[in-house]
Amino acid sequence: MSDFELCVAQLEAHYGDFQALFGIDFNVSKGEVIAVIGSNGAGKSTLMRSISGLMTNGASQVIFQGEPIGALRADEVAARGIALVPEGRQLFPSLSVEENLIIGSQIGRTGFWSLQRVHELFPILQERRHQPSTSLSGGQQQMVAIGRALMANPDLLLLDEVSLGLAPVVIKSIYEALPRIIEGGMSAVIVEQDISKALSVSTRFYCLQEGRVSLEGKSGSQTREEISRAYFGV
Amino acid sequence: MDWINSIVQGVLLGGLYAMIAAGLSLIFGVMRLVNIAHGDLIILAAYLGLTVATALGLYPLIALLIIVPVMAIIGYILQRVILNNTLSDDILPPLLVTFGLSVIIQNALLEIYSADPQKMDPGALGTASANIGGISVGLLPLLMFATAIVVIAGLQFIFYRTALGRAFRAVSDNQEVAQLMGLNKRHVYGLAMALSLAVVAIAGIFLGMRTSFDPSIGGGRLIFGFEAVIIGGLGNLWGTLIGGVILGVAQNIGAQINPGWQVLAGHVVFLVILAFRPRGLFPRMTG
Repeated sequence: MSDFELCVAQLEAHYGDFQALFGIDFNVSKGEVIAVIGSNGAGKSTLMRSISGLMTNGASQVIFQGEPIGALRADEVAARGIALVPEGRQLFPSLSVEENLIIGSQIGRTGFWSLQRVHELFPILQERRHQPSTSLSGGQQQMVAIGRALMANPDLLLLDEVSLGLAPVVIKSIYEALPRIIEGGMSAVIVEQDISKALSVSTRFYCLQEGRVSLEGKSGSQTREEISRAYFGV
Repeated sequence: MDWINSIVQGVLLGGLYAMIAAGLSLIFGVMRLVNIAHGDLIILAAYLGLTVATALGLYPLIALLIIVPVMAIIGYILQRVILNNTLSDDILPPLLVTFGLSVIIQNALLEIYSADPQKMDPGALGTASANIGGISVGLLPLLMFATAIVVIAGLQFIFYRTALGRAFRAVSDNQEVAQLMGLNKRHVYGLAMALSLAVVAIAGIFLGMRTSFDPSIGGGRLIFGFEAVIIGGLGNLWGTLIGGVILGVAQNIGAQINPGWQVLAGHVVFLVILAFRPRGLFPRMTG
């Protein structure tokens, strides 16, 4: 069990009376890129919220670097080295581009990523540093959201639907940056609706359907039909 | 000359209102909490100042060195122990709880200090004045106004130039994502209330040096604070200063026309501005 960077065991999640996740088992090894695919409402974002502490669960349902973190608050989870790029980017509108990045670093974890390194990865953010974050295009906002997460120097990066609502060319450029983001040994979980995109950048994948893992395996080892069946449940 | 004089006095009085309002505005801006007990906390600060100044034989303004940190600590504890538990999407619980707090503070002060009006002796500063262009301006009101400017400039600096201010704005924008950044919102809220009550301490001491006070007058100061915030526009600290000045001038002009109209004139001006500019003169915050 301790071989895994992240170990999610029999995770259940509820929104009031509604149960969103049913006994999810989900592992990430160090340096691995995992894709989580599934249709709307399959529970992908709920899984991300549970791992990042935005939803609290039983302590041992989420184990990170050998420690149970399932019951911790999001700020405590962040301090241990998990950063979430939330769905819909969710920048702070009152903060400038640069402030949005700096606030990611205030957790105090040091490492490879700094304001300068993020600017090297996404040069446009240096150019726009003093602008309000709301004045950026969708793709640039996504760069800020990713940069903000990197500034915390996480060991595990969770990317929730980073391509949602972006033009294909922008999505391409963001995914092109991905290898440089994780080359330092960071693990990553990518939630993505675009199956082929997700499988092309990941080593393993999990497919969720109605709150359960319907298929998992090495990326590229499954046929399209198998994935379709796991994805749509038909 | 009487008119110019009352306008000048009104401007200076506006400084006090702005200090009362700044703390309210800060708390509302960061956590959408309307602190009904704000006025009573100001009176509490005035009584604490009186006690410390008398017990230690300190000049009231020197007592600020003690009262400001004491009120800040009270604010942090109050927020962490009580007010954080009332915050949710529903704005009613914090209203009710701070209203209850207001009643408790008033009665506790009444029990301890009795209903007799008290005043802190400003000494020579209370009667000293400067003659500016034929108008006699009291040094105490002048100092009060200058302090208000420094307080608001300081808050402005904290809000827009420091990590603490960044945390305030981030939590105000989006609590969930702020938590993902490692910000514990309960702690950030505690710090915001501490800062608010530090300003309350300054306002309380100046209020106690300027006029006499008794345990029941907090509510009235709260109204002036609210009016200054709304006139200036929600979320705009400099607007709050202007709001305070407009209120102070309106009251003094009202008093010039008829001594009984002082408070009424302030409320009327507030109502007129609210009718024509419901979001205040310089709104920064939306929604």
